[in-house]
Amino acid sequence: MLTQDKLLDMYYRMVLIRAFEDRVHELFTQGKIPGFVHLYAGEEAVAVGVISHLRRGDYITSTHRGHGHCIAMGVDVKGMMAELYGKKTGTCRGKGGSMHIADFEVGMLGANGIVGAGGPLAVGAALAAKYKGGGGVVVCFAGDGAQNQGAVLESLNAAAIWKLPIVFVVEDNQYAISLRSLSSTKLQPRVSTARSVAERAVAFGIPSVTVDGMDVLAVYEAAKAAVERGRAGEGPSLLDCKTYRYYGHFEGDPMVYRSVEEIDEWRKKDPIKLFEEKLLKSGIATQAILSDLRRKAALEVDEAVKFAEGSPYPEPSEAYTDVFTDPYY
Amino acid sequence: MSGVREITFVEALNEALLQEMERDPTVIVMGEDVGVYGGIFGVTKGLLDRFGPDRVVDTPISETAFIGAGVGAAAAGLRPVVELMFVDFFGVCMDQIYNQAAKMRYMFGGKIKIPLTVRTTIGGGVSAAAQHSQVLYSIFAHVPGLKVIVPSTPYDAKGLLISAIRDDNPKMFFEHKLLYGVKGPVPKEPYTIPFGTADVKVEGSDVTVVAVAYMVHEAVKAANELKMNGISVEVIDPRTIVPFDKDAVFKSVKKTGRLVVVDEDYERCGFASWVAALVADECFAYLDAPIKRVTTPTVPIPFSPVLEKEILPNAEKIIKAVKEVVK
Ligand SMILES: Cc1ncc(C[n+]2csc(CCOP(=O)(O)OP(=O)(O)O)c2C)c(N)n1
Ligand SMILES: [Mg+2]
Repeated sequence: MLTQDKLLDMYYRMVLIRAFEDRVHELFTQGKIPGFVHLYAGEEAVAVGVISHLRRGDYITSTHRGHGHCIAMGVDVKGMMAELYGKKTGTCRGKGGSMHIADFEVGMLGANGIVGAGGPLAVGAALAAKYKGGGGVVVCFAGDGAQNQGAVLESLNAAAIWKLPIVFVVEDNQYAISLRSLSSTKLQPRVSTARSVAERAVAFGIPSVTVDGMDVLAVYEAAKAAVERGRAGEGPSLLDCKTYRYYGHFEGDPMVYRSVEEIDEWRKKDPIKLFEEKLLKSGIATQAILSDLRRKAALEVDEAVKFAEGSPYPEPSEAYTDVFTDPYY
Repeated sequence: MSGVREITFVEALNEALLQEMERDPTVIVMGEDVGVYGGIFGVTKGLLDRFGPDRVVDTPISETAFIGAGVGAAAAGLRPVVELMFVDFFGVCMDQIYNQAAKMRYMFGGKIKIPLTVRTTIGGGVSAAAQHSQVLYSIFAHVPGLKVIVPSTPYDAKGLLISAIRDDNPKMFFEHKLLYGVKGPVPKEPYTIPFGTADVKVEGSDVTVVAVAYMVHEAVKAANELKMNGISVEVIDPRTIVPFDKDAVFKSVKKTGRLVVVDEDYERCGFASWVAALVADECFAYLDAPIKRVTTPTVPIPFSPVLEKEILPNAEKIIKAVKEVVK
């Protein structure tokens, strides 16, 4: 049973992700954040539902859409915001930006600019976890689009034959940029109405399940079994989470490939609202508690923006450090 | 030529694709988001509506499969133009390019041809960080069997793309992100530009500056400023790296006695080093100063604008290098 504390912690992480992403959207529009930014708003239930099972020593690999994974893993949002601004105090000292936030301290092995690249990295981290013993697991987050990348398919097979402690989490947000996930696989669904890559996992010998990715408790339940399987040394699993991104593929996307009506339909199934309803109905929380948490999240993001804006840029000479462990570049 | 208008680099590329697809039914376009979206930078806009999904194919994110399919389709008689958004992504499908497309004709004793054009974007300056900002054309030029095309103006973009589509070999066609919005005069009707013909952008007598892609614009900016300081710079845009117009560069260096090569690719083992070596071999006796290279230091492209500015070549750095060689 989930305790009240745990449930409220999950809620807080979800609203913190949302507050962070909504703010980044504004800041990007105002021209304060440069580069390519991919927002996670709408998909909060997936990151939080899965990551709520992780403990110190576990790892995740992430994607270009990594802010939600970071926040769910407990990466400091001040450092994240400063990273987005390209400041010296950023998580990666301003060298990485939105697409490359990593924090190995908390087990976040990095957002990634290359679609599918997290698959092999997760296999390696899981190989290390298995070798070291201790029941560590690795979660590999990847989009519906990434499922068609050779690196991901090879990773599924490698994880299966080596019986690795990995949970492959498919974030099927219906699109890979403009390509509908429906038209990037021929497979018919077992559970949902959408076609599903969960079928593929079965062909690799990996148990899989299709999950309502807008329902954090459903994701949590599905992930529980998968994580336990990994910790027990029984091998990989795959969760195919059906979800939706609210903003464009990247900030600035004209979104010619989908309608406003479609976005509105999905917003009606908002994962935060859905969770709120459940928390209120079960008496776990009151409106007052939830609005306090939302206010706290907004404040945390305000602080992060202040911190980022008040931080210095890196020294130009820092462009030449960190290529190797020694000063040579 | 008649019907010359000012259009952007993107529009010029789009027009080249459209006209070639109309002219030759074996020309097809494939890639991620090339259909409904019209290409993430708009280069394939309108093509799906015009030519339908058999000729304008939206692919899944399976680069090995669709770049490789481009190679196979070319071997089997089509003229595919395949797009992969950023040059940084080629790691995932490189075998199909550097072992398959590039080598098939040679290995098979010259019995086949691979009329494949692979289009991609290159370049920094937009805070896109280490995996979306590279140039990397040197890697492709290093491999035997690939033609390497690096347009710098809308006019060249259209003419070189049409030449590429009609050419019977595998080609890498590099489009610099900072050029897409650049406008210039472009004739309405189709035309070609032969590969390996450099364009002298600015005539001068003191120093030869060789630059490609976006760096041509920085070099011209530098030349204009230096002119006011009484230094006469000749700017040469080779337009294609493979084949390379050595003669144009040698001729200019023999006149000026000085060479600066500007190259946004990494400094180590790159395009600039190769040009410098060619000139050192062939024009040593004519040189009045050491050859200078203005390149990107061999570090991953950093995200922070401050750091990125530090490492990318620009007019200011070109001016500094030119002043050093005329000292
Ligand atoms: C190897 C590679 N190919 C293409 C891209 C360009 N690209 C970036 S994100 C993306 C779509 C990814 O779709 P999906 O995996 O569903 O993730 P989502 O963006 O929907 O979260 C593409 C094609 C890339 N970054 N890397
Ligand atoms: Mg997707």
